[in-house]
Amino acid sequence: MALIRSSSPHLHNAGSTPKIMRLLLIAALPGIAAMTFFFGWGTLIQIGWAMLLALGFEAAVMKLRRRPVAFYLRDSSALVTALLLGLALPPFSPWWLTLVGVFVAIVIAKHLYGGLGNNPFNPAMVAYALLLVSFPVDMTRWTAPFVLHADDGWQVLGLIDTFKVIFGALDHSAIDAFTSATPLDELRHRGGLTTEEAFRESRVLADGVGAWHAVAAAYFMGGVFLLYRKVFTWHTPLAMLGSLAAISTLFYLFAPDNFADPFFHLTMGATMLGAFFIATDPVTAATSNRGKLYYGAGIGVLVYVIRTWGSYPDAVAFAVLLMNLAAPFIDQYTQPRTYGHAKPKRGLKEDA
Amino acid sequence: MADYRKITLDGLWHNNPALVQLLGLCPLLAVTGTVVNAMGLGLASTLVLTGSNLTVSLFRHFVPDSVRLPIFVMIIAAFVTSIELLMQAFTYELYQILGIFIPLIVTNCAIMGRADAFACKNPVGASVLDGLMMGIGFTAVLMVLGAMREVLGLGTLFSDMQLLFGPAAESWKITLVDDYSGFLFAILPPGAFVGMGLLIALKNIVDARLEERRRAQKPKAEGGGSKRVRVTGNVG
Repeated sequence: MALIRSSSPHLHNAGSTPKIMRLLLIAALPGIAAMTFFFGWGTLIQIGWAMLLALGFEAAVMKLRRRPVAFYLRDSSALVTALLLGLALPPFSPWWLTLVGVFVAIVIAKHLYGGLGNNPFNPAMVAYALLLVSFPVDMTRWTAPFVLHADDGWQVLGLIDTFKVIFGALDHSAIDAFTSATPLDELRHRGGLTTEEAFRESRVLADGVGAWHAVAAAYFMGGVFLLYRKVFTWHTPLAMLGSLAAISTLFYLFAPDNFADPFFHLTMGATMLGAFFIATDPVTAATSNRGKLYYGAGIGVLVYVIRTWGSYPDAVAFAVLLMNLAAPFIDQYTQPRTYGHAKPKRGLKEDA
Repeated sequence: MADYRKITLDGLWHNNPALVQLLGLCPLLAVTGTVVNAMGLGLASTLVLTGSNLTVSLFRHFVPDSVRLPIFVMIIAAFVTSIELLMQAFTYELYQILGIFIPLIVTNCAIMGRADAFACKNPVGASVLDGLMMGIGFTAVLMVLGAMREVLGLGTLFSDMQLLFGPAAESWKITLVDDYSGFLFAILPPGAFVGMGLLIALKNIVDARLEERRRAQKPKAEGGGSKRVRVTGNVG
């Protein structure tokens, strides 16, 4: 038997961009399934339509930039961006909303900054924030989970009808029965009620939250799978969820009538999707392990602050974008010490 | 003698205050939501720029170097005040829409920059032309940006032109898309930043193309084939 001797580093199974992107797509499957189960076919159609557009725009931009089209399409990064956007958009959003979003994500947020690896902001979140600012009405018309309108068993708007609604062949009044505000929206616009009363009065908060709990659990499963496959380290998600839990516990203990409980914050909106699929984007996050802790904690705190005192219902997109902005700064102050060397100089010190 | 052709081209293109010097960006980004706003502010800036260049150039030999900037500011402020009063008298609604950005023309660095960089060193004729051309260049960029944002944001073009040109201009409005739901991003300041970036990129592309063409033509013009002296052969 011949032993192959090789020098260090003894890495095997080298990661590559296409592999990681494909793992992300697989890990999102439970989330997609849960979304489809509770909110109907809209999610699947949005994801498919967004992916189609993303591939088209990516190919067009690559052609314009005179880069090999097939090589860059195969790395699937455009698909991941499309997937995140498709999951974040309301399932019944009209086709042009997705079109604008994917255009902004791929062409402006990604390729105008130099393509994958050079974009300072998460493309999907740039697109989401832009759409939320530009089209607040369409972006806050979320679908009601089926448990709210079904009498017995599983009952959502049919596949064909969903197609018609999204592509404009069917008027939006046809789906009024299927739409509602999200729990975060509902809690924000509860009027003078205390949180406890709101949870009793509002149908979405009383009966519907289970759907969001399940979706969050599905994302959490996907996230743990990615963690197990070492696509990212535990630092960012744990720091984000931990800081969000800590700050919401603090306020909840202080005034439970005015603030939602920590479990609500951890499971509603895009918290889980954000913690595992969005904040962990290696391009736009902080680099070192200690940096990731600060980065994640910053997102968690910002999510809580914007949700509670800001003017938009959910905050993950804005929080992630703000921390993307801070990531280079965090990196500068969290450079790890090189083994065998003294403590590094941090930041712009005069000289030692 | 000053080269009038160069001054004109510099103001309109090569040294455009908005696209190349990137001066006066605050009003540029703030009020270019529609063509009429952009045009109103552009015209006001052009008038101030021409007037201040004229005055600064006239007094350039009497202004002590150490206090020139305060003097320029006072000259510019005087012009801005008169423009403000003029707009208040004749285009009151536009004056109200543009609001604080009219008095803020005083702080427009494009105007200060031209006074300090050009007018205080050049004769009156050249300075006036420079002010006018810089102003027109600035106005042109404002209007293109305004048109982009108006089309994207509201789906119309040349709406509310009556604010500037009287009631006859009411029919100039072109509705490009009926029943447009509006694209708020283009109206908000971030849209202005993106639009501005695209315009600068466009100018750079055009410049690169022109340069390429100039280079491609040059060798032909000089022509004349090889100048190498034949040193081999003729071994006989």
